[in-house]
Amino acid sequence: MAYDASDHEAAANSLTAVKILVAGGFGAGKTTLVGSVSEIRPLRTEETLSERSELVDSLYGVEQKSTTTVAMDFGRITIRRDLVVYLFGTPGQQRFWFMWDDLAHGALGAVVMADERRLADCFPSIDYFEAKGIPFVVAVNCFDGVRRHSVESITQALNLATSVPVLVCDARRRESSRDVLVALAQHAITRHHGRRVA
Amino acid sequence: MTAVQPFDSEWLDQDAGPVVRPYALTGGMTRPRAGQHFDLLDLVGVIRRAPQDMPQLPPEQAEVLQRCQIPAPIVDLAADLDLPVGVIRILVSDLRERGLVSIHRAQPAGIGDLKILQEVLDGLRRI
Repeated sequence: MAYDASDHEAAANSLTAVKILVAGGFGAGKTTLVGSVSEIRPLRTEETLSERSELVDSLYGVEQKSTTTVAMDFGRITIRRDLVVYLFGTPGQQRFWFMWDDLAHGALGAVVMADERRLADCFPSIDYFEAKGIPFVVAVNCFDGVRRHSVESITQALNLATSVPVLVCDARRRESSRDVLVALAQHAITRHHGRRVA
Repeated sequence: MTAVQPFDSEWLDQDAGPVVRPYALTGGMTRPRAGQHFDLLDLVGVIRRAPQDMPQLPPEQAEVLQRCQIPAPIVDLAADLDLPVGVIRILVSDLRERGLVSIHRAQPAGIGDLKILQEVLDGLRRI
């Protein structure tokens, strides 16, 4: 996003801020990715979890994680003094969708984190970004080092267009998380060229 | 930490959630003033300090004012001051009404601006 001076008394400093969303199912590694690649801070929203949520969130395959996060994960990568990338780890559950439009407005793109054991959890995120025309990549978080499926079979299972990059990553590793963001920026540029040709 | 009364530690730990309702920090307002909606990345900058004759600002507003001496996006204010985004939006709309801050509107540049995309790509490769 660039800033204009619609309030003409506005301050002189300019800042270009770019938004990247990190979405995906419960426990797929959103917090880990944002934390490994940026200076992470919690960002509170007004919403509070109801007691009911513990029943709604399926815990199958994520037994380690017993609570869900209401605060968004918010990370900042300063590229230059006047160019900053903001990362938003968005709550994956559908009841938080009312927040997504706010977050998605003007976003460069999105990373959809996938857990191979629970691939179907990314469907809502993928549907959302496809419908909004927001470029996205799918990052399969292989934190235990075990790969169960090939990239091709994941692309198929998620019914993705072949142009959507699917990467395997270890979200705990900074370089690995960085590569995911680089792939997203490249994909956004490719999409940009595609639009101009079309 | 200094010594805490036993009943404090029993009732007022973090798990108890916020002890102060958000509207208590906003002078009772539950939404920004009419017609004002701020994007998360809208930039808030101070125009002038609160004049001497103005009634003293509530501490949260004073903090926001202090923090945006260097213009800062709404999200940074929320994270830095550890206040919910909705509360910051209301405080900022009030400060703007008083003529103390101005807002740079964020323009969606995202996938539309190739130059920015290329700079982001090059920058991310270096981190």
